[in-house]
Amino acid sequence: MITKRIIPCLDVRDGRVVKGVNFLGIKDVSSPVKLAKFYSDSGADELVFYDITASAEGRALFTDILAEAASSVFIPLTVGGGINTVDDFDRVLKCGADKVSVNSGAIRDPDLISAAAQRYGNQCVVLSVDAKRVDGKYHVFAKGGREDTGLDAIEWIKRGQKNGAGEIVLNSIDTDGVKNGFDLEMLGAVCEIAEVPVIASGGAGGMEHFTELFNALPKVDAGLAASIFHFGEVDIKTLKAKLSADGINVRL
Amino acid sequence: MTAIIDYGVGNLFSLKSSFAFIGEEAVVTSDPKVIMSADRIILPGVGAFGDAAGKLFSSGMADVLYKAAEAGKPILGICLGMQLLFEKSYEYGEHKGLGFIKGSVRPIAERVDTSVYKIPQIGWNALRFTKPSPLFKYINEGDFVYFVHSYYGDDCEQSLLATTEYGFDVTAAVSSGSVYGTQFHPEKSGDVGMKILKAFCELK
Repeated sequence: MITKRIIPCLDVRDGRVVKGVNFLGIKDVSSPVKLAKFYSDSGADELVFYDITASAEGRALFTDILAEAASSVFIPLTVGGGINTVDDFDRVLKCGADKVSVNSGAIRDPDLISAAAQRYGNQCVVLSVDAKRVDGKYHVFAKGGREDTGLDAIEWIKRGQKNGAGEIVLNSIDTDGVKNGFDLEMLGAVCEIAEVPVIASGGAGGMEHFTELFNALPKVDAGLAASIFHFGEVDIKTLKAKLSADGINVRL
Repeated sequence: MTAIIDYGVGNLFSLKSSFAFIGEEAVVTSDPKVIMSADRIILPGVGAFGDAAGKLFSSGMADVLYKAAEAGKPILGICLGMQLLFEKSYEYGEHKGLGFIKGSVRPIAERVDTSVYKIPQIGWNALRFTKPSPLFKYINEGDFVYFVHSYYGDDCEQSLLATTEYGFDVTAAVSSGSVYGTQFHPEKSGDVGMKILKAFCELK
């Protein structure tokens, strides 16, 4: 039986890993290549490199770092951040990415998903959605969670799947950085319509939150988190041993 | 030296890096002379079967592979590369494959309840051996490897080396003579994957 995946996310700016709380108040953490190797050795099932650089120099630095990581870490790598065109897919795939996640780029140009899926296959295209409750609905937010697009998250995800997204990352802005657990309500709503793997993001504060996630929502395929891993609050090896002891199928 | 065949499908960065990591020389090439002078051959592949098979046949690469196999050179097809070793595929129509492995390639969706088993199968799944193979000399049954696929090799009992459970016993690895195939990606399967590539490099 396929295992539940644990995925650390590395937000990279100017060649360094950073993590914001509710996308504000960024702290420097560590070297992306070293951290990637450390996570892979600890049993991470996959890694996400999220490029939050704004400048062209920073972007070139990011692909250098990606290539360096992909030369020493042999687990799947997903890259996100600043992906606006099919050429951006090409740029990161050439440097060792296996999957590419689109967020604001797909909101600006909804054809990006289908164009990339046709060229690289659905398995390569991850639709990443930052969503937040607004008037009893889940709205899609753009620009790192700063801008309400007014789009309904459930409809947006349905459309993304139809256009060829092979995986969905749902990041709840409401629970992100709060460390009180994943947004089970929002994730549950997405699981009801999801035909492709769903990766839960936002809110993990401890190991118990992963157990809670996979027990409450068997259709969730993976849990993603950043700061709890970077700051050593949760060790991936210990987490996976605990999940296994709790009866959740993981790769040990 | 290992020749990684470049026929315009997929991303060869990780594959090339993984050979460097295990200390084996590997060259990404589409030159028949280089391929025929190699000790072993990797047939990668991502994307649609029809396109990839079309490229292999129209470029003459299929003939190079037939010659290499006839000479007893170890060949390893990975993911779509494994599927291309089969006789045919039913991915969007019906397409002819290389025919090294008796059997056909069919949609996983035909075999499972897709509300439970999502398509593609993406993630780490455990290997169950069906036949001993030198490819597995450094790994154990139950070891996890990384899969990403929507189609599977069917009706290939004679060549089956390993399966994985995804609603049914899904073909994970096959071999016939010196030709091997893995549905999973060894180059993305961490230590276990590196051990499989190392064992492949030791095949004579």
